[in-house]
Amino acid sequence: MPVYQIVHVIVFLILTVMTLGGALGVVVSRNLFHSALFLVLSFAGVVGYYVLLDAGFLAVVQLLIYIGAIAILILFAVMLTRGLMDKRQSQTNQQWLIAGLAALLTFIVLAVVLWQVDWPVASEQVLASPSMAIGAKGSQLGQDLLGTYVIPFEVASVLLFVALIGAVILARETES
Amino acid sequence: MIPLYWWLIVAAALFCIGLYAVLSRKNAIAILMGVELMLNAVNVNLVAFWRYITPQALTGQVFAMFVITIAAAEAAVGLAIFISVYRKHGTIDVEKLDIMRW
Amino acid sequence: MDTIVLWLTNLIPQMSEPVARLVVHLVYAGVLSFVAPVVVVVAFTYMERKVIARIQDRVGPNRAGPLGVLQGLADAVKMLTKEDITPQNADRPVYNLAPGIAVIGVILIYAVLPFAPGVVGADLNVGVLYIVAVGGIGTMAVLMAGWSSDNKYSMLSAFRVVAQMISYEIPVIIALLMVVLVAGSMQMGEIIAAQDVPFLFTLPLAFFIFFVATIAEIGRSPFDLLEAESEIVAGFHVEYSGMKFAFFFIGEYMHLFVGAGLVTTLFLGGWRGPLLGNVVSDASLFGMLLGFVYFLIKTVFVIFLMIWVRGTLPRFRIDHLLDFGWKFLVPVGLFGLMAVALILKLPFLSSSGLQWVGLLVANVAVIVISLALVSMAARRSRSVALRGVAGADR
Repeated sequence: MPVYQIVHVIVFLILTVMTLGGALGVVVSRNLFHSALFLVLSFAGVVGYYVLLDAGFLAVVQLLIYIGAIAILILFAVMLTRGLMDKRQSQTNQQWLIAGLAALLTFIVLAVVLWQVDWPVASEQVLASPSMAIGAKGSQLGQDLLGTYVIPFEVASVLLFVALIGAVILARETES
Repeated sequence: MIPLYWWLIVAAALFCIGLYAVLSRKNAIAILMGVELMLNAVNVNLVAFWRYITPQALTGQVFAMFVITIAAAEAAVGLAIFISVYRKHGTIDVEKLDIMRW
Repeated sequence: MDTIVLWLTNLIPQMSEPVARLVVHLVYAGVLSFVAPVVVVVAFTYMERKVIARIQDRVGPNRAGPLGVLQGLADAVKMLTKEDITPQNADRPVYNLAPGIAVIGVILIYAVLPFAPGVVGADLNVGVLYIVAVGGIGTMAVLMAGWSSDNKYSMLSAFRVVAQMISYEIPVIIALLMVVLVAGSMQMGEIIAAQDVPFLFTLPLAFFIFFVATIAEIGRSPFDLLEAESEIVAGFHVEYSGMKFAFFFIGEYMHLFVGAGLVTTLFLGGWRGPLLGNVVSDASLFGMLLGFVYFLIKTVFVIFLMIWVRGTLPRFRIDHLLDFGWKFLVPVGLFGLMAVALILKLPFLSSSGLQWVGLLVANVAVIVISLALVSMAARRSRSVALRGVAGADR
């Protein structure tokens, strides 16, 4: 295998350890703040995945929004609601065993089904030149967003506006 | 290139870990973290399919971008609700918040 | 980087081109991570102390070495020899990681800064967006530091610092959007290439907003209520001592240099200068050095401006600070963005090559109109502070 392939596989394995390790840290950690930091680690692994999949713009958007905004929101909420800070108290509810079995079963079923399907992977030539490779200009995405996908784009902007107003109203302290 | 199957397995694993977090945690914020993990898994899936099956059209990336947008809006409103509930009831343990029982 | 790679392969003929490229990139990354922090901090703490001293009519450090140039070294030795105290109930792994992540978040920005023609770590085609994205990592470090110190004041201060930092990310993004609209690309190299007339003269509104918002992002005076030495509790890094505190300090000065570097690249033309490009070739080694010298001169000038602002203006209070960001900079920025977008679409301006005049007129008009509106509102308002600020009593 050429060197490029080996490096690709090694980077993929490192990123998988980061992402799945972070996700396991979220569910296993007893301290909620540590869970939130493991979540950030998982997000960072996903940023690496996007770069590996030649989706450079999406990688930077993930970094900006998930790590720069959502993770900070979650950390703020953890710091403001200091519930369940007692380390002796268990973080999981009574049905953790069944939930674990259900999740494991779901994973096994998914893995088996995904292995059986004959995915219509594109030919070598098409694979070698994706539409938004890292070197390409970003204008294609902009033209698509304002051309073919203009309706979801406008709806998303209305949604964000409503969410902004809603979050401000909900979190405001009621004057009593 | 890395076979498509590896990407799908990783996305499925991330999804199932998120599922376990949603089903088995007591703290409402931990449940939200599980939901975010599931949304990330879906995004990885979408972008992997885009890259391997139709790399010429940008549909996969656009879809993933909209999922990120909606996840951000949902996290903001959800956390605002949690903070508001915490102020009123002093806890965000979902086992204790059972006012609407039937 | 091609020039350096070429020079290296000529120097060592046995090295093949990909290996030479890898070596050059690794050396560049090493220089940015290990040499740049030390050099930047030592040079600019000295410069800052001297300039502020002169503004305050005194001399500044002049004991350590001739004219005080070894003061930075003395500070470093002092920091290294201080005792490293950790609070008893502090969250150890998070407490130890926070200073590192603060510095990491700043070094990552250095990777896209073009120091000379062709010398850029990675000329990403989403370079501008990357800068904003990586700035978010610094906010996470502040939250980690505030939480893990097991100190109520530290946590409250961390909340306020993070509120300030995320509030001023939006004016930064709006100013960057104006630059990207005019330059037509988010790539740093292309933005420099589009500045035949530096954007300082075509987009003065964007320059003002970016400059002020960058000072607020770094957390310098006049926006440093939360971590200034003369405040009662020195903010989110109050429980840190010795080298860990020095890391926060290093992070702040490196952010100062990279912020000034960004102002230079985006508004002053980066490494462009009088003889570069026509008399001296861009691709030669001498051209690279000349470009680097121009970059340094412009960046040092911008840093001097920032130090001047620090020495002159009094501190903002936290609510004035947030009001200024949300109620002044964001609306003015949005109006400026709409004005720039409108001017860029007018057909008669772009065909005659006078687009930059149109942009300049639009920017100045937005500034004048917004300042007039603020002073009219101040005159009508009963708030003594606002009337004083807007000079409404004259």
